[in-house]
Amino acid sequence: MSPKKGKRSGSSKMKSKKSQSPTPQGKTGHPEDIFPLTLTSATQNLFGCQIDEDVTAQSPYKLLKKDDIMQDIKTRAAVSDFSPAKQIVLDYPEEEILLVFDSEFTFGQSFYLVLSPEAKNRILKLPETETPEVLENEVDTARKPKQWVSLGSEKEIEEESVKEREPLVFTFSRKRRFFGLPVSFSDNITPISQGFPSYEDNRRFIPAMLTDCGTQAVPKVQSSTAQTNWLGKRNNSTHYEPRDLSEEEKEVILQSDSMKEFLRGVTPRMLHALQQEEIFNLFTDDLKDLGADVEDDNEPDLSKGLELFKTFTDPSKGKKISSVNWHPSINGVIAVALKMQREEESDSEEDLSLTDPKFIAFYSFADLSKPQDLRKEQTPEVLYSAASEIESSHKAAVTDVQWLPPTFEVTRTGLPVENTSKLCVQVITCSPDCTIMFWDVRLPKQAGLSLFQRPDQNTPMTRYIVPKTFKHLDRTWKPLFKVSFQKMDGSGVYAPLKLSFEPYPGNAEAAGSWSAEDFLDYSQLRIPSAKELKTLEDVNTKIFIGTEEGEVVYTDWKLEKDEFGLVHCPKPLFSFSTHDFMVYAVQRSPFFKDIVLTVGTWNFAIWKEGVMEGPLHVSKFSVENCTAGCWSLTRPAVFFIGKDDGSMEVWDLLENTNGPSQVHPGIISGTIICIKPWIVSSKQHFLAVTNDHRVVRILEISKSLRTPTSNESSRMEEHFEWETKYVKEFDRRKKVWAKEKEEQELKKETKPAKPVLTPAEQEELDKKEYGEFLKLEESILKGLGLWPKPDHSDKKN
Amino acid sequence: MAEVEETLKRIQSQKGVQGIIVVNSEGIPIKTTLDNSSTVQYAGLIHQLVLKARSTIRDIDPQNDLLFLRVRSKKNEIMIAPDKDYFLIVIQNPSA
Repeated sequence: MSPKKGKRSGSSKMKSKKSQSPTPQGKTGHPEDIFPLTLTSATQNLFGCQIDEDVTAQSPYKLLKKDDIMQDIKTRAAVSDFSPAKQIVLDYPEEEILLVFDSEFTFGQSFYLVLSPEAKNRILKLPETETPEVLENEVDTARKPKQWVSLGSEKEIEEESVKEREPLVFTFSRKRRFFGLPVSFSDNITPISQGFPSYEDNRRFIPAMLTDCGTQAVPKVQSSTAQTNWLGKRNNSTHYEPRDLSEEEKEVILQSDSMKEFLRGVTPRMLHALQQEEIFNLFTDDLKDLGADVEDDNEPDLSKGLELFKTFTDPSKGKKISSVNWHPSINGVIAVALKMQREEESDSEEDLSLTDPKFIAFYSFADLSKPQDLRKEQTPEVLYSAASEIESSHKAAVTDVQWLPPTFEVTRTGLPVENTSKLCVQVITCSPDCTIMFWDVRLPKQAGLSLFQRPDQNTPMTRYIVPKTFKHLDRTWKPLFKVSFQKMDGSGVYAPLKLSFEPYPGNAEAAGSWSAEDFLDYSQLRIPSAKELKTLEDVNTKIFIGTEEGEVVYTDWKLEKDEFGLVHCPKPLFSFSTHDFMVYAVQRSPFFKDIVLTVGTWNFAIWKEGVMEGPLHVSKFSVENCTAGCWSLTRPAVFFIGKDDGSMEVWDLLENTNGPSQVHPGIISGTIICIKPWIVSSKQHFLAVTNDHRVVRILEISKSLRTPTSNESSRMEEHFEWETKYVKEFDRRKKVWAKEKEEQELKKETKPAKPVLTPAEQEELDKKEYGEFLKLEESILKGLGLWPKPDHSDKKN
Repeated sequence: MAEVEETLKRIQSQKGVQGIIVVNSEGIPIKTTLDNSSTVQYAGLIHQLVLKARSTIRDIDPQNDLLFLRVRSKKNEIMIAPDKDYFLIVIQNPSA
């Protein structure tokens, strides 16, 4: 409608397309299809194309309907803004006309109409093609040189270039004598490349057979498994049993003739051989039999018997040795009990004494002269640990004290029962006051109430340390029970001097270790009641007693009940007065439990338990008094007798039963009080001999005396058996004789009494008898041809 | 059978005889007075011994043959009487 529109399109065309020639337009004019016009605000409102509201610089296009425009023209006639463009609008083929806001007034007016539809289309298409045009512009302007990417070439350049370098520093060394001298450097011009003219060298052409070539062998490791069939068969185990024939087959064979033939042929030979065997042992080795128990070393046996080894003398005067004992565990130590010289003869052994303070000295092989006391440091004086109650203990000296072995103990009635504590707890003592007492080291059950604290008495003896082991018993110790034995003929009681009981082996464990800890518990032990303990049936409760008067009594210590129910001491089973005076020693053989040796004053005897008839063997009376005796520890047939003149006899029963096999006079001065053997080692056997003048002599037993002869033990046994039989036989015969004698007596009495003859008649009878005798004599002599007798002629009458 | 028994009894009655075994040439015991295990043991061992002893004698002198074998031990004596087909083993304790 307005011409401004035409301008607008023309200018826009100019801007957008470079290639296109700008549409012809005059400065004042406008293109033909552009009609610029101005619209009032009312018109703008009406058509909705207000400036800056509906149409802007960016979106200047507005499509208007042709009808609306015509309408407006009609209504407002000349006032309408579109009136100049009426004709154009009428001619416009299309329905809508494009109205373009021209903000830059390119065509002179604010708006313009686009008259032709081609222009409209053209204008409307402008925004689409505007952007690629912009891009093209940018590309053109942005074509700049590329950035350089380094590919390594600058390094090469640098290498090839020649630059100034820092001065070269070169370190070298010279010989010492050239030190300090100026150095001359020079250039060494070497040709960079030297050409070698090639020449033919066929002859010395060394073909390179070997070239050093580095290779690395990398094994290809591949583990694989395969399972194979085990084709070889191997026996793992075989189970087999012996071949055997069936019963029928055996029967058949046994019946067969061949079997019979076989036996017929073979039997005589076999019988012959069997009989041969029976008759004679072809294979005895005589020499071997002779020398049984041969030792490996054959030392020449120089001494035949006892050899003096050591002598101990107590230097202090006034003491007598009463007994001697070897230390059970320490080798070579001997304990000697000494006592003060008193008038009464009391031999007591260690640890229990009533009368005097006793000293115990220890002698050891190391120090010959001085006794050593192993228990106390300073003094060799040892005191008793506990003293029994004076009233209830022995009235006379205690002559024998022995511990009961720990295997059994004795109750109040003398029954042997099992000892639950494995210690020696009971003691037997005997004394010439005609009692044997059993003491128990433990307190009786009721003791807890009756004991009261005594004030510590300051006796002069308390300077020495007394072991408190038996303190609980001190002064209150009562014997467990007492036995005294009535003599068999009723004339009193026996006064025992020594006794010997059978040691009961018991359980093996009971004889085990006896450690110091157990030792302390004595005060805690209590005597158990008799019911609790198991009675041991097989303990031999019989003892051999040697008495003061020389009897040997064999009796039981168990108290018996007689018909009134009172307990009393049993009667002795036998008693023999074999010895005429005091019995000094009663000892069991270490090899045979039932053989006992008793040593009396002038002889000794060997007894066997169970043989009631008498001793097996009584020795001859000897001139000197026998004062001590003991069995050898290794030889069953040997024992030693000590005399009171200091000599010792060695008796070997297998060698000589009549007398001693060896006599060693003057072994020791004085009376031999005690003999005790001891084995230190297999080569050293000792005999300790003490006399009453405080001398102890140790004698070494020579090889012949300590090694038993072949089968000595069995021979000894046989010997005893034989003796037993003899004794029994003798006894039996004695009885037979006694009976016969009795019968004879009886016969005599029953015979009619002879007529009593007067003396004259007796003389007549005698004469007659004498006459008859003479006649007889005459006849005989005549017969002999000796008549007449020369002597008898005057004696005839 | 009775004869066999009687013969064996005669041998058995000798002093000190502990056992009798009759073994065939293969070492299988036929008749015995001992218990089975001892019999088997004796038979097996002695059979080998006899074969060895016999071969020894015959090796030394082919005309010779083993007549009797006595094995003396500490405790007893084993007497073996071999034959063509069988052998007889007797164990005796001479001191008993």
